[in-house]
Amino acid sequence: MFLRKIATATAFVGLMGSAAYAADCGPEGQSIRILASDFPAIHAVAGAAEANCGGAAAEFSTNHTTEARSIMNAALTPNPSEYTSVILANSTLTQLMNDGLVRPLNDLVEKYKDSIPPNLLITIDGNVMAVAFMANSQHLFSRKDILEQAGFEGIPATYEEVLEAAEKIRAAGIMEHPIAMNLQTGWNLAEVFNMIYLGHGGEFFVPGSAEPSINNEKGVAALEVMKALAEYAHPDHLTHASNETQGLWESGQAALAVMWGSRGAPILDDEGSTEEVTSNTVLSAAPTVGGGSIPSATLWWDGITIASNVSDEEAEATFAALISALTPEMVAANNDDAVWLLEGFQPGPAAAGVAETVKGGAKPYPMIPQIGLLHAALGAELADFLKGDESAEQALADVEAAYRTSAKEAGFLK
Amino acid sequence: MKHRTFFWFILPTLSAMILFIALPIVSVFIQSLFVEHEQVLLVSESCGPFGCTPTTTVDTEATAKLQEEQPLGRFNGLGTYINRSHLAFAEIGEAWANSDSFGDFWAQVYNLPFYSALTFTLAYTFIVTPLVLALGLAIAVGVNNLPRALKGVAIFISLLPFLVTPLVGSLILFWMVDGDGVIGATIQRVFNDPSLSLKASTALTWTMLMVYGVWHTLPFSFITFYAGLQTVPDDTMEAAQIDGATKWQRLIHVIVPHLMPLVSFVTLMLIMDNFRVFEPIVSFKAEAHAQSLSWIIYNDLRESGNPLYASAGATSLITIILAVILMSPVLVRTWRDFTRKSH
Repeated sequence: MFLRKIATATAFVGLMGSAAYAADCGPEGQSIRILASDFPAIHAVAGAAEANCGGAAAEFSTNHTTEARSIMNAALTPNPSEYTSVILANSTLTQLMNDGLVRPLNDLVEKYKDSIPPNLLITIDGNVMAVAFMANSQHLFSRKDILEQAGFEGIPATYEEVLEAAEKIRAAGIMEHPIAMNLQTGWNLAEVFNMIYLGHGGEFFVPGSAEPSINNEKGVAALEVMKALAEYAHPDHLTHASNETQGLWESGQAALAVMWGSRGAPILDDEGSTEEVTSNTVLSAAPTVGGGSIPSATLWWDGITIASNVSDEEAEATFAALISALTPEMVAANNDDAVWLLEGFQPGPAAAGVAETVKGGAKPYPMIPQIGLLHAALGAELADFLKGDESAEQALADVEAAYRTSAKEAGFLK
Repeated sequence: MKHRTFFWFILPTLSAMILFIALPIVSVFIQSLFVEHEQVLLVSESCGPFGCTPTTTVDTEATAKLQEEQPLGRFNGLGTYINRSHLAFAEIGEAWANSDSFGDFWAQVYNLPFYSALTFTLAYTFIVTPLVLALGLAIAVGVNNLPRALKGVAIFISLLPFLVTPLVGSLILFWMVDGDGVIGATIQRVFNDPSLSLKASTALTWTMLMVYGVWHTLPFSFITFYAGLQTVPDDTMEAAQIDGATKWQRLIHVIVPHLMPLVSFVTLMLIMDNFRVFEPIVSFKAEAHAQSLSWIIYNDLRESGNPLYASAGATSLITIILAVILMSPVLVRTWRDFTRKSH
């Protein structure tokens, strides 16, 4: 206990002595309360903010939880709200904006503009609503040794090639189920549909309205691709999310996978897998599909928002503390934990897939207020199709019907 | 007991029940009659690190104004109860008109989320409840006939499933039936089919959930019946023995009638418990094959980000009404016994 105290104190003094001392922390003696997801890159940002400005604040607390998405609206509703900031992503920003729980940051950005690169500002209708600092997207993971052994040249660039390679691997008797994808019923399954549908150039809504527009040729084509992929995936694929697919990959039971970029670093590190798997794993852009030109993926960012229902001083202190964390030093110390959108980032092998997917022009996950309802309807209704219980057209009609029902209840449709 | 004394005696319980059970149900009912205001949408442009896209946003000021005028939202009557996510009257009428056979009609009804969840919930209740009753009684009689030295250990072991948190218990079983788990791998070997998966088949998933349900609630009926067995009067048992009744006859004609009030009680508890089956569906990730009424409520509150309170409220009330209907035969029976005894 004593030793730990000494160590903490030393670390703190060390930070005070270095760059951190120069940080501009805004108004002093404020209370800074952050709600955030629970993964290493977010810990790094919140940790750096605390090291820089924890001393100047009267209170600095961080709640890292995987349930951030489900508690944040309730936590930000009271005035003053439970947290002064939520570190969130595309889809969760709309969830808060629908209830007006995050404030426009225009004046704060103006004040601290020297520390914020303009391309990181998330602007909606002229108002800055968030400051992004890292990117994420799905992309392809391939085992080059197995592809070579099965007689497939290079790395697949399209879903058609992925299927061709999977068939070769199966035909060569190397693996019965070479493909791994996050097809767990619910959010994950819907997200796979989203990316392949976007890859086909599909639109989720009639532009400018909340009318769904997925029951069309592109939607059917996307479902057919999903079914073809599922044929080569582990029989339990409807229960597989990121942790399971990462497990399959690390144990060498899959040769082609579409997983999140944030799984790149944990897969390539020297824990949980063998040298044979890690040295042959290649990360590349998400495949294109159906003759389309953009990678079938949804781009995500994680960023900083400030709650509406807090005092202006608390808002500024929180903003200043979090912005002070976005330095090249913080990035250098945590380079492989994320695909940082910040200065000083050295893209390593773990970031290659996301970088290529962004470069290929993949679409961002739509920031539309009613997208959560459509996503939920997709997650609930598509499993029947993948199980083989109904046709693609029927599944998409069910999705639209389920969406319409909930959108009427939420006031988006009449 | 005088009515007056009885009133003061029951008052604390009664007020707690009104405060924590009756009023929340009334509040849920009222909420289920309203839906959200029409969202005022603005067409705008959103920009970020990946470029700009046209988008829509909710005009929160206009929405807040609407909310101030009518804090509960728009009155929708029983609209939420009969929409596609719930009783789906319109869809069922359409299915009836458009289908040429009963099988076809049923397929269309089963495709509606509420009815597929109701089917599983009822199947689960009607299969798990009798199994737990019968097996619980069997284990209780078995343990009761053990030599004294073994009884303690046997009771402890029989109670173990009850000590495990439902979520943890089902997760353990979930990993065991995985293709790489102890049970899953054994089944694959027995049937010599490496791609056989308990999680990929609807029938096997239902079986797995029900086996788990029986395993988890068995200790409750066992320990209640075991306690009841300690009160079986020795004289009656001896009299039956002298009359030449076999062990089996004594069980059926003496012990079971003696335990009947307990059987009613356990049945009531099990119906309530099983009708709200939820945790195993989440921890077995069985949503693709089995959904229950409680799972629908959870999904409405959670999955779309901004919760659908009216939907969740409507499903809750329908669940309560159905549970009361299911329990009514047992309740009526208990009431009859009560009035007969009091005369």
